[in-house]
Amino acid sequence: MSAMASSTSPLLPSRGRPRSRAGRVWSERVVRGVLLACAVFSVVTTFAIIAVLARETFRFFTISDSPNISVWKFITGTEWSPLLGAEQHFGVLPLVSGTLLITGIAAVFALPIGLVTAIYLSEYARPRVRSVLKSVLEVLAGVPTVVYGFFALTFITPNLLQPLSEAFGTYNALSAGLAVGFMILPIVCSLSEDALRAVPQSLRDGANALGATKFDVSVKVVVPAALSGVIASFLLAMTRAIGETMIVALAAGGLAQLTMNPAAQVQTMTAYMVQIFLGDAPAGGVEYQSSYAVAFVLFVLTLGMTLTGAWILRRYREAYE
Amino acid sequence: MSGLAMQPGVPQGPAAVMASAPSVSRRRRLISNRLFLAACLLSTTVAIAVLATLLASIFIDGWGSLSWDFLSRFASRKPAEAGIKAPLWGSIWVCGICGLFALPIGIGTALYLEEFASRNRFTEFVRLNITNLSGVPSIVYGIIGLTAFARMFGVGGQGNLVSLGDPDSIWHIQLPFGSGVLAGGLTLMLVVLPIVIVASVEALRAVPPSIRAGSLALGGTTWQTTWRLVLPGALPTMMTGAILAMSRAIGEAAPLLVLGGFLLVFRTPVNLMSDFTVLPLQIFNWASRPQESFHAIAASAIIVQLGLLLAFNAVAIFIRAKLQRPLQ
Repeated sequence: MSAMASSTSPLLPSRGRPRSRAGRVWSERVVRGVLLACAVFSVVTTFAIIAVLARETFRFFTISDSPNISVWKFITGTEWSPLLGAEQHFGVLPLVSGTLLITGIAAVFALPIGLVTAIYLSEYARPRVRSVLKSVLEVLAGVPTVVYGFFALTFITPNLLQPLSEAFGTYNALSAGLAVGFMILPIVCSLSEDALRAVPQSLRDGANALGATKFDVSVKVVVPAALSGVIASFLLAMTRAIGETMIVALAAGGLAQLTMNPAAQVQTMTAYMVQIFLGDAPAGGVEYQSSYAVAFVLFVLTLGMTLTGAWILRRYREAYE
Repeated sequence: MSGLAMQPGVPQGPAAVMASAPSVSRRRRLISNRLFLAACLLSTTVAIAVLATLLASIFIDGWGSLSWDFLSRFASRKPAEAGIKAPLWGSIWVCGICGLFALPIGIGTALYLEEFASRNRFTEFVRLNITNLSGVPSIVYGIIGLTAFARMFGVGGQGNLVSLGDPDSIWHIQLPFGSGVLAGGLTLMLVVLPIVIVASVEALRAVPPSIRAGSLALGGTTWQTTWRLVLPGALPTMMTGAILAMSRAIGEAAPLLVLGGFLLVFRTPVNLMSDFTVLPLQIFNWASRPQESFHAIAASAIIVQLGLLLAFNAVAIFIRAKLQRPLQ
């Protein structure tokens, strides 16, 4: 703020002193230009992301004449072994399946609990209870993800999962998935609650007057009316889960395999990128470049989900006046 | 639970209106009502239990090795002698730089969208674009930071294009930036920019239009109206959003990990090009080692990190409570 104030204050007339109309029009134009530049910056960022990822991904596909690297083999390949084994394979599906497994576990945990908590906060809870719960959720939302990763590794796996079954190793998909679920729970909860609270009181009054129970009002009237917002909150939370890095890098393991077994260790797209950028591969080599191709897939996936969410919000928003 | 079941109108209402309906259906509806309330309380308990367990397990692990020495020592091979001086100062530098860039640009964007531009295809595109940016995983921003800030798209080959000042002085500047605190702060700026913009837009929307109309009717220009009336009115809410964005920045590890890997740093940053590490990265490094003793100091570092976040949130709550008065 202070930077803005000092750069623009010379343009402002001191309070109350009359100034020429031309000067005001001119300063108005300058300010407008500066603010427009700020707005354009975010657009430039998006284009920079696309340009950098596209260029480096192209380089990955052309850098080596290995027969194992092609766009088709990358998209459909079921083996990802760039760093180990005699022969390198670059099929992204194991990484995608690892990501989806973690996201799926997180969603199964966080979406129902988050929505039900949101309904409770919006429809049932008294103001005191509500404000306490909201601050608990705010704290949960502020916890850095590396802390959830540490929690998964040092608490969930040894204290909750390993007593249940011998199958769980130090690294497994379930503990990472649960930790990601804890991370997205406050997102689902607060965004869904916003959507539920935006439903006008008159709808609840109408349903109550017809003899509906609190459950009927909440689940059969309020939730359907807010459905677009609820689904958008689900999509946003899952986008965060797909892109989550530190939890999976700590707790999910480092073995890329095509499996849906929650006790197995899996590698996600983000965890692979961490492995590469931590220095497991020399810069400029084909292994290093492969991380850009993986990042490109990740970007396209999250972009698709974000745009779907925005479209649902716009298309299916129930407007009540 | 009993309090809610006893609420006036809930049991009686259906009884009165549904008298003609079969009583089985009524009983079923009342049971589902109860069951759902139980589900509500259960899921709420889960959220609280998660937080409580998380905090308890970390305090049990880390409280013992937390001391003033821990805050004022550099990293070490031996966990008993390791400290977090370098990451603590690294976090402060990087977050400061991030805020210095993210807040003006973010608030400027919000002002342009809300106060200056009319709704047209360009601003709709910018809005959609910001929604999209807020969904981009932070590790992808790390890649952009590495390419655009640390390496500047590879200009100048391997060496530095420009290098001004002594590397140990506070004025040292080089191009490309390399993986120093400036590149780190700018990378984090990209991560939090969408958050700052969205929070600022919401703050501006909360200022009643009548305030603008009054100023414009008296002959004020858009900027005069914005600077003297709208911004002061929106500032408390904006600052709350800004602090929450900063608390996101101080907890980010993934983009900085892409930027510089994990560096062992044995001094605090002296200028914008200094190597750095941050608290979340240090926590990641210690947590990813197999030895229990490193897990203990990772937990201690987490306590420090959570303390910082708590301080941030306390400031936000204070601002919200003290400065926010309703505008009418």
